[in-house]
Amino acid sequence: MLIEDFWVMLTAGLVASSCGFIGVYLILRRMAMVGDAISHSVLLGIVLAFLATRILGGVWMFAGAAVAGLFATFLIQLLHRGGAREDAAIGVTFTGLFALGVVLLSLYAGDVHLDTEHVLFGELAYVPYDVLIWQSVELGPRAVWTVGAAFGLTLLVTGLLFKEFKVCAFDPAFALSLGIPVTLLHYVQMTLVSVTTVAAFESVGAVLAVAMLIVPGATAYLLTDRFGWMLGLSVVTGVVSAWTGYAVAVWLDVSISGAMATAAGAVFGLAFLFAPRHGVLPTALRRRRLTRGGTGAVA
Amino acid sequence: MEWVPILLGDANVRWVLAGTLLLGISSGVLGTFAMLRRRSLMGDVLAHTALPGVAVAFLLTQTKSVLPLLAGAVVAGLIGTWCIDVVTRNSRIKEDTAQAMVLSVFFGLGIVLLTYIAQSGAAGQSGLNRFLFGQAASLVGSDVRVIAAAAAVLTLLIVLFYKEFKVLTFDPGFGAGMGLNIRGLDRLLMLMVVVGVSIGLQAVGVVLMAALLVTPAAAARYWTDRLGVMLVLAGAFGGLAGAAGTVISLFGPRLATGPLIVLSATAVFLASLALGLRGGLVQKAWRHLRVRRRVALENLLRTLYEAYERAGGGQGASRVPLQPIPETRVRQEGTGSGISRGTLRTLERRGLVNVHRSGVPGGERFIVLTAQGLSQAQAVTRRHRLWEMYLMYEADFRFDHVDRDADDIEHHLPPEVVAELERRWQRERAEPAVPPSVHPL
Repeated sequence: MLIEDFWVMLTAGLVASSCGFIGVYLILRRMAMVGDAISHSVLLGIVLAFLATRILGGVWMFAGAAVAGLFATFLIQLLHRGGAREDAAIGVTFTGLFALGVVLLSLYAGDVHLDTEHVLFGELAYVPYDVLIWQSVELGPRAVWTVGAAFGLTLLVTGLLFKEFKVCAFDPAFALSLGIPVTLLHYVQMTLVSVTTVAAFESVGAVLAVAMLIVPGATAYLLTDRFGWMLGLSVVTGVVSAWTGYAVAVWLDVSISGAMATAAGAVFGLAFLFAPRHGVLPTALRRRRLTRGGTGAVA
Repeated sequence: MEWVPILLGDANVRWVLAGTLLLGISSGVLGTFAMLRRRSLMGDVLAHTALPGVAVAFLLTQTKSVLPLLAGAVVAGLIGTWCIDVVTRNSRIKEDTAQAMVLSVFFGLGIVLLTYIAQSGAAGQSGLNRFLFGQAASLVGSDVRVIAAAAAVLTLLIVLFYKEFKVLTFDPGFGAGMGLNIRGLDRLLMLMVVVGVSIGLQAVGVVLMAALLVTPAAAARYWTDRLGVMLVLAGAFGGLAGAAGTVISLFGPRLATGPLIVLSATAVFLASLALGLRGGLVQKAWRHLRVRRRVALENLLRTLYEAYERAGGGQGASRVPLQPIPETRVRQEGTGSGISRGTLRTLERRGLVNVHRSGVPGGERFIVLTAQGLSQAQAVTRRHRLWEMYLMYEADFRFDHVDRDADDIEHHLPPEVVAELERRWQRERAEPAVPPSVHPL
């Protein structure tokens, strides 16, 4: 295995882990499409941060993206509370912000290496060649560090607020009655989603970050009824999908991120059919055994 | 305005403009139904699912002509909706998760297929890229004819089935009772949305097609509560956005049409959000301000009346002369957030109170109710007390909770309720005009 392969697989695995982890909360809170909205809105933040600092990447880009993601969730909430349907609020907000980002990009930054296709699909294959150098020491690809940092931040915050996040995910009304600042925690979580998405979409792109956010979590949701297990399984299925996708992409010479998303979909399909408790086939089998057992008892 | 004839003189510009205009109208109208059925985000999902369909259609036919690609997009969209349906019906996955999954996985598959087409060396792959962001400028006569035909058919279907779709949207149970084929209608509407999204992809692109469906409809919602009006408005907004975006894009070579159309639609939305007559921000703020003013006026009147009561007035003994009350005392005893200068001045202007100023600058002011003011203050206080009594005797509130709760709602009591409360009060004791307070003042 080449060292390039190693770096790509490490990055892909980290992306899958960090997205899969935070995605579990999005699924449980029925905010999957908000994840979609955030992943599109961060484009505006990145463009604005770039126009302000003329630096691509780094802390400012992260900050800009996180602010844009938060701004999007804030707008959605605002419109929703103002009487608009939630799905309409999501649709109006993220398309507006994304369109603004695209127009600003083409107006002021057309000559930069930040074209819209790159934002949409990312390119994992280039990851090993963008190396982080610190005091003339090569520290490995920059993407590994950014995604790793985002994942570390997510793990740290979630670790500190584990119980609070859990209560908020399952019973926000109860959380409120316990005196947990639900709204504040909501925005903390949305910040984590934004940061994770930005880190991820440098390498896999905006739309496919959504795949990594939602699909592994949904797969895990079918495999277990325990919250802790769901987090772990989501990370594992994410990594498995990412590596399978990478193998297929190398084999067929196609887009890595696209193949990762497709593989995640395939893994979900397997879980949907065969998951022991919630899968379609085991459920059908159980039902048949019940009916047969029932007629047997009558006879 | 010399550029107008120049613009419209160009045949290609005319085609593009016609295309985006028709597209905007039909998707605005369709989006209205999608929004009211809480399916706004299906536009987003369907736009993304179309990508693998387009790619497969290209692989099969090796042409870039519109119809096969459109057919591919429609088929893929139908498969996508079917997937969402199957997953939500047969597992505990919720609809939003299923939508996000289908959207991103289909899109990923589409990207895989596009890169496959690119590396397999099939010519003209660049023609497929325009589906991602849309290139309205690349619309030619034949494309526009397809868009126009599809948009016309969609709009015609909406007109033909207007009543049926209306029932489907607002009361499907009733529709089923009338013998309508609700499931069939739902499928027809979904198919129409799929087609509507697919014809827009070339102009606006996968990512932003959702906006054309959602935004005009959401904007129209701020203007009307009537479905018919809303459909017309959403169509007009959509058409306006399509035309405006196209025209603006002509001014700069770097400006892509799709994002500009979406931004135009967003601008229309923001304007509606601010100025709309049904829940627009300006209207809401104005209403809020009026209510607050009324509450402040009524609270001040009640404070003055209660001071008058303490001096021995009211309770049938209304012969007691009205005493001027120092403003500082009113402030101390006042309900709510005290009294503002504006409130006092309004009461004075309406002739409900007289304000006597002591000659010294900054000195104490004295407030006294006029005869007219007294009767209004009496009415306000009566309503407050009646409501308090209702809360205590009928709703079993503790008396120390009653005052605050009464304050919250008494200003909004409709006259019928006041009359009903009054009747109850009269039945129990046929006595004074203002019942005594149920709690110590």
